[in-house]
Amino acid sequence: MSAAAPPRRLVGTVRHGDRALQTVTLGSVVLILAMLVVLLGDVALGGARTLTWEFLTAAPRDGMTAGGVFPAIFGTVALTLLMTLAAVPAGVATAIYLTEFASTESRLARLIRVSVSNLAGVPSIVFGLFGLGFFIATVGKAIDGVAFGGQPTYGKPCLLWSSLTLAILTLPVVVVATEEAILAVPRELRDGSLALGATRMQTILRVVLPEAMGGILTGTILAVSRGAGEVAPILFTGVAYYLPYLPSHLNDPFMSLGYHVYVLATQSPDVDRTKPLLYGTALVLLILTFLLNLAAIWIRSRTRRHSRAAA
Amino acid sequence: MRARDLCVRYGQKVAIKDVDIDVHTNQVLALIGPSGCGKSTFLRSLNRMNDTVPGVSVTGHVDLDGEPIYGPNVDPVLVRRRVGMVFQRSNPFPKSIFENVAYGLRIAGMRERDVIAERVERALRHAALWDEVKDRLPESGLGLSGGQQQRLCIARALAVEPEVLLMDEPASALDPIATAKIEDLVADLRGELTIVIVTHNMQQAARVSQRTGFFYMGRLVEVGETSQVFTRPRERETEDYITGRFG
Repeated sequence: MSAAAPPRRLVGTVRHGDRALQTVTLGSVVLILAMLVVLLGDVALGGARTLTWEFLTAAPRDGMTAGGVFPAIFGTVALTLLMTLAAVPAGVATAIYLTEFASTESRLARLIRVSVSNLAGVPSIVFGLFGLGFFIATVGKAIDGVAFGGQPTYGKPCLLWSSLTLAILTLPVVVVATEEAILAVPRELRDGSLALGATRMQTILRVVLPEAMGGILTGTILAVSRGAGEVAPILFTGVAYYLPYLPSHLNDPFMSLGYHVYVLATQSPDVDRTKPLLYGTALVLLILTFLLNLAAIWIRSRTRRHSRAAA
Repeated sequence: MRARDLCVRYGQKVAIKDVDIDVHTNQVLALIGPSGCGKSTFLRSLNRMNDTVPGVSVTGHVDLDGEPIYGPNVDPVLVRRRVGMVFQRSNPFPKSIFENVAYGLRIAGMRERDVIAERVERALRHAALWDEVKDRLPESGLGLSGGQQQRLCIARALAVEPEVLLMDEPASALDPIATAKIEDLVADLRGELTIVIVTHNMQQAARVSQRTGFFYMGRLVEVGETSQVFTRPRERETEDYITGRFG
């Protein structure tokens, strides 16, 4: 039996599915955009009036019902910088090892890759507990025992341990982004360098890394901006409810914007009076994150232009 | 340079087998043959670039000035400083024209700025590129035309003053005018430097080389004076190839 011949007609349509698919996909786009607009609009409208110079530069007053969020901004920036300082060198080094030295089939490389992707899947509260158990209760306590005669100096929640905990959280993203950026460097460039008698290290430092730098920075900044707003990892490891002073040492506790939002929302004696502050804090956190993302976009567009010139 | 019993394998697959060839000093040796015949693989085994490809194993001997380049304790990096290479696709670094040419000198540890500047100029003149780029040395090498980029890569290789220059189809991605410039350049370098050039283009081989080797299916079928190989080939396979019956 032969298959039925297709109908020999031109009028009408058989593309009902196309229309439906377009409607459904467009619908999700609209839904997502609407949520984003509502979220950003609400925070921006609610926070705009609070966002004064005093709010940005003063400390909270009157049981957090007045004043500003400067200590929280300071703490978030310090935390983010320290985290970057810890995560980026380790992440970039790991990625260089994976791409340049480990052979693709090697067991070690596969083990590292699996570990990195599993690390990325660990819930952030678990990182917080890990930081408490490992950094504070183990490493910090050991340091105190050896260097401070058992006096709790590093064996307590503080800026250092929070930064390191966050660094572990952001590490997988840094590794993966760096790996991708390095792998995108054309083989011809490496060959060109090696053929001129460059060592592997010279090739990596002078050709591969400069070429991959745009991608590495973009990925890293995105990872860092994600980490900057995290609350769970710092909850047990160093963030403070309220501090009358700014942290000045690595072993000082600190305030952070993310946690401050939580505190204002749940711990306030007078919800109506803290509401504007809450909006303002959320807005500041969003702006900080957006600034980081903008930097990433700017770097990416610069690198694109650069590599287009290469084509 | 001299190769004896040279075999290269990719994993289990034999890419070239028992190649014996003498590369005469300060002459141009052209290697011709159909795609996949092993001529590029052979070329890359002369400066140990095959070492950078996972799964490649090389057996046999290659001598440079009587020294085995696959000998024990030989550092491939040092081999490559004496045996330069130009690739099929021009691959200037995303650096300035000046820094592209200075790269090999800097990685070899040269610091004196005036010496570097002098060597860069000499290499660019040697590569017949100086007049075109002398006013734009700080500009990116990627802003040059395809043919200029390839001559920049040649200048880069010449700057470190190698004894041997390997060229892997250096003009195959270029238009006829740019190709002619590269060929003129190779002809000019003849007599100053040992050159091994892989090419698909038999006219090119005939124009630029003193000796020609024909590779087929991983074997060196024959090698001899270019005029002899093209007019009176000893082997039937060579004749079939150069008269266009296959390949």
